[in-house]
Amino acid sequence: MGYPSEMLQLIGEVEKTRSQRLGQTIPLLSLGKQEDLLREFHPDYREGIKRPISAGPNKGDLACNELVDLLESKSRIDPQQVDLSPELSVDVLVVGGGGGGAAAALTAHDNGANVLLVTKLRLGDSNTVMAEGGMNVATSPGDSPVKHYIDTMGGGHFTNNPGIVKTLVLDAPKILQWFEDLGVAFSKNADGTLQRTWAGGASYPRIHFVADYTGMEIMKVLRDEVLNKRIRYLEFSPVIELILDEEGKCGGAMILDLETNRIFPIQAKSVILATGGIGRLHIQNFPTTNHYGATADGLVVAYRAGVRLLHMDSIQFHPTTAAYPEQISGLLVTEVFRGRGVHLVNSKGERFINELETRDVVASAIIREVTERGQGVTTPSGMKGVWLDTPLVEMKLGPGSMERYFAHLLHRFSKFDINIRKEPVLVYPGQHYQNGGIRVNVDGETDIPNLYAAGEAAGGVHGHNRLGANSLVDIFVFGRRSGAHAAQKVKGVTIGKLSLDHVRAYGESLREAKINTEALSPMLLPDYRFEKALSTVAHTKGR
Amino acid sequence: MLPDIIKMISIYIMGRKYEVPQGLTILKAMEFAGYRVTRGCGCRGGVCGACVTLYRRKGSYKLSFGLACQTVVEPDMYLMQLPFVPANKAIYSIKNVGTNDSDITKLYPELMRCLQCNTCTKACPMELDVMGYVAAAMRGNLERVVELSIECVMCGMCAARCPAELSPFNIALLIRRVYGKHVIPLSPQLGQRLQEITEGAFKEEIAGLKKADEGEILERFKEFQATKGEAAIELTKEKG
Repeated sequence: MGYPSEMLQLIGEVEKTRSQRLGQTIPLLSLGKQEDLLREFHPDYREGIKRPISAGPNKGDLACNELVDLLESKSRIDPQQVDLSPELSVDVLVVGGGGGGAAAALTAHDNGANVLLVTKLRLGDSNTVMAEGGMNVATSPGDSPVKHYIDTMGGGHFTNNPGIVKTLVLDAPKILQWFEDLGVAFSKNADGTLQRTWAGGASYPRIHFVADYTGMEIMKVLRDEVLNKRIRYLEFSPVIELILDEEGKCGGAMILDLETNRIFPIQAKSVILATGGIGRLHIQNFPTTNHYGATADGLVVAYRAGVRLLHMDSIQFHPTTAAYPEQISGLLVTEVFRGRGVHLVNSKGERFINELETRDVVASAIIREVTERGQGVTTPSGMKGVWLDTPLVEMKLGPGSMERYFAHLLHRFSKFDINIRKEPVLVYPGQHYQNGGIRVNVDGETDIPNLYAAGEAAGGVHGHNRLGANSLVDIFVFGRRSGAHAAQKVKGVTIGKLSLDHVRAYGESLREAKINTEALSPMLLPDYRFEKALSTVAHTKGR
Repeated sequence: MLPDIIKMISIYIMGRKYEVPQGLTILKAMEFAGYRVTRGCGCRGGVCGACVTLYRRKGSYKLSFGLACQTVVEPDMYLMQLPFVPANKAIYSIKNVGTNDSDITKLYPELMRCLQCNTCTKACPMELDVMGYVAAAMRGNLERVVELSIECVMCGMCAARCPAELSPFNIALLIRRVYGKHVIPLSPQLGQRLQEITEGAFKEEIAGLKKADEGEILERFKEFQATKGEAAIELTKEKG
């Protein structure tokens, strides 16, 4: 199929300006100018998209409507009707089979705990496999964890939890060492030096990668390791509530078998929630880069149990997700393109922002270009976007570099007869990451004793804007720390009488707040059946 | 309601006929038909291997293979998903696996049964040269296996189709790990950095920033952002 003629014509404009753009420098915006751009164009600042939560620990705090809907829905179980005599009893129950969960399970196992991992889809189905770019680690002599710290805080607009960020940057090299030891084949030079590239907002090139398959390669290795260590796991088994004991300590979880619809309790001396993010709630109708199961389940069950959430009013929109062809709309187009000097270009072939600004700033600039300035490109189905001028990759890095660094995206687009070596791709911001999450300390401990959270489900590391390539460190640093801490702690843990009274009490507080809904949560999976299967592009259509 | 412009086509999901809009991916077409997929759908982005689908076009004897989230439906396509393959996976500790071909065949002796029939390559929805990497594995050319298998999404279709009953995707992963662990040298710079961290470097400097008011950290942030260019020059030099 390739591009239709009207889009090909506009690509002509991109080609015309390509060589003169090579020497062009666009200065970074001042902090004040960044702030103005965000206020005017970032989706977080739109009116009517957030509302206060009616009950629970964050009562009165603003969060995205789509999340509040879930927090104010009914439990999938009636606490009075459930038999809590456990079929299974373990030391550490890990909920979630992505990178954070696998790291937690492996680490708890290595520390002597009896571990069970439960996950909603298959072991490895997660946003981790979709992480193309890589992971930030300050390895170079010219770089330092201090710079990594300052960049991360600045990228998050200084709302991050400083202690957690400190832990992140000092542990990051240990994660890379762990991966070397497990045999993750990072892209390296002949002498073993790790290859590096840029993330937006970073002051130093510190992304380490396996071509543009970094998350997938790491997940393949971690899953292999879980199998080799014979750690028990249950697939198609999402958590639908947490179980507390009579003292309010976490004592396990209620699990739903998605294949048989049977609900059963698992008793655990500690529970680690590594349930990932919320992309599939389609915040403000945006397409998402997230996997099928990213539906905030962990946030919902933890909130009902009484943990506090952080920064849930802030969503990361990745500046560059595919806007054409529609079949792959929302596909992540890695930031590393911009890191390697690829330009963002409007319908006239002009650049409009320094491509290495932070994600929130670049996304806002694209939205401004398409909406206020009317210089976006419209596709036949009515989606809008701007060009990412990918042919610059081989102009700058030589022939063969596209295959070497961007094989995944080269092949995804070639399925639709688009050759990104020669033709630019049309991109638009898509929902990518929940910046906030469950409040934790440096060991992943939450407000509830023996309940941990790690990875995207946890909040505080990234403040109000995550820096590119920081999540692939975050999930492993805090997955490992949670696993290690839980395994140590369970030795002294005794569990009291199991109870779901918190579920009843939370339902009561919703009723007091006059919330009456028949909707159930957690969502578990989005419903795309029938007409819903057709892409929702309401956010760009008609502007 | 569907817009009038959408043209409908017939497809057959496990033999049953459905009318779906043309241009949808197989995954979205199944959902449009009313399927709520639990198995057979993972990342929706072409990297997890959950949605591998086999299909036959009307009038053709050939079976084709594609990821449901990446393949567009065609009129009169007969399709079925294969969300799970009971493939053989060896259990090992990667530190004890050596780099010779005999180390690989000790764990996967069936590797030597490969008939070079190329069925695996034809079955790969990622269009990888699967037989090429199996042949390289038999010769002990680990580097070649790593090169050819990087895009493997481990859907298992190669194993399902192999008449010699190999699990090429699991063999590839073993070799990728052996190569990453025992062939590529460790990063000397990473070792150095870990040493510094163990000795307690950076701790005080970061703690100082934690205590300082936003002013100081903001100044350093601005300064680092302003001097990005120097780091860029250094990176270019490194690449020679």
